[in-house]
Amino acid sequence: MTFINYSQREINCKIVYYGPGLGGKTTNLQFIYDHAAAASKGKLVSLATETERTLFFDFLPLDFGEIRGFRARFHLYTVPGQDIYDASRALILRGVDGVVFVADSQEARMDANVESLRNLDKNLREQGYDFATIPYVLQFNKRDLPTAVPLREMHRLLNIRGEPTFAATATTGFGVFETLKESARQALSELRKK
Amino acid sequence: MSSHDLVLYDEDFQKIRQTLQRLLLDANANLVFLVDKSGQQIAAVGDMKSLDATSLASLTAGNVAATDGLARLIGEKEFSVLFHEGEKDNLHISIVARRVILVVLFDNRASLGLVRLRVRRATAELETVFEEIARKHESGRLSPAGVLETRFSEITDEDIDRLFSE
Repeated sequence: MTFINYSQREINCKIVYYGPGLGGKTTNLQFIYDHAAAASKGKLVSLATETERTLFFDFLPLDFGEIRGFRARFHLYTVPGQDIYDASRALILRGVDGVVFVADSQEARMDANVESLRNLDKNLREQGYDFATIPYVLQFNKRDLPTAVPLREMHRLLNIRGEPTFAATATTGFGVFETLKESARQALSELRKK
Repeated sequence: MSSHDLVLYDEDFQKIRQTLQRLLLDANANLVFLVDKSGQQIAAVGDMKSLDATSLASLTAGNVAATDGLARLIGEKEFSVLFHEGEKDNLHISIVARRVILVVLFDNRASLGLVRLRVRRATAELETVFEEIARKHESGRLSPAGVLETRFSEITDEDIDRLFSE
């Protein structure tokens, strides 16, 4: 849900990082938090279990600066990737303006990636969105691992609508900001159509 | 605009703030704020200095979303009021017009009964404001001058690039 406040001259957008468990969604947010300028970021809120698995969501507010006299503020969320938290995942998509799918490049996780994509489609529909038209970016994470599947193969398997796709290693930050910028760009471009 | 979006102009924003301000005083509360169900803070009045308002808004929406999920599981439409009681401070959370969340933070200077009573009146006022916003939205009359259509359709790729180059 884009929230435009003319009185405060603010545009607020919500971006959700989706994907299979242990794929690096929280690591993306953690890297952004660690490397964004202090003035532009809020607190990183993590609702995680004792073993640091996301229980409900992670949340990071970011201020990108001004566009046409309005402050562009983005709220970044991750969903819990584990199967048992499906009900929570659907709720976090409420009011979403853009989705980033963080796929795990390891061969053993390809089925989990595909299953998570199906789950995203189902949950988007449940919240009244169309996967074919919502702003959407794909990230192939963990490119540093020796078991990483070749990019071309991942693209064939996971790129479903010709969406912008980024190779990444979230632990080192490779590809993290590029992914975020593309997602923010898409969300802002949507404003033009409104 | 899609039905998911919310556009607030100064006139509506000021009406909302006035209602929240009156609730703050009448209920003897420390802080009153309004959040959209997706976690965006719409307006807040009271002592915000010691609080991270953005996180508060996002966690409140998460809380309400989880409670909505619980309600549906047991066959209820929603739980329209949530109350969290602490040692010193308490949170009263209620749903307004099915899409926004009204939160009142209060301590022992106020009572739950008083807060509930004042919240009921404020809710009625806020519902009127949001009905009016929804009417404007449906009729496409977002602003007298049609500001929305012109300003955002003018955003260029260069504007967006500039945002990321700073």
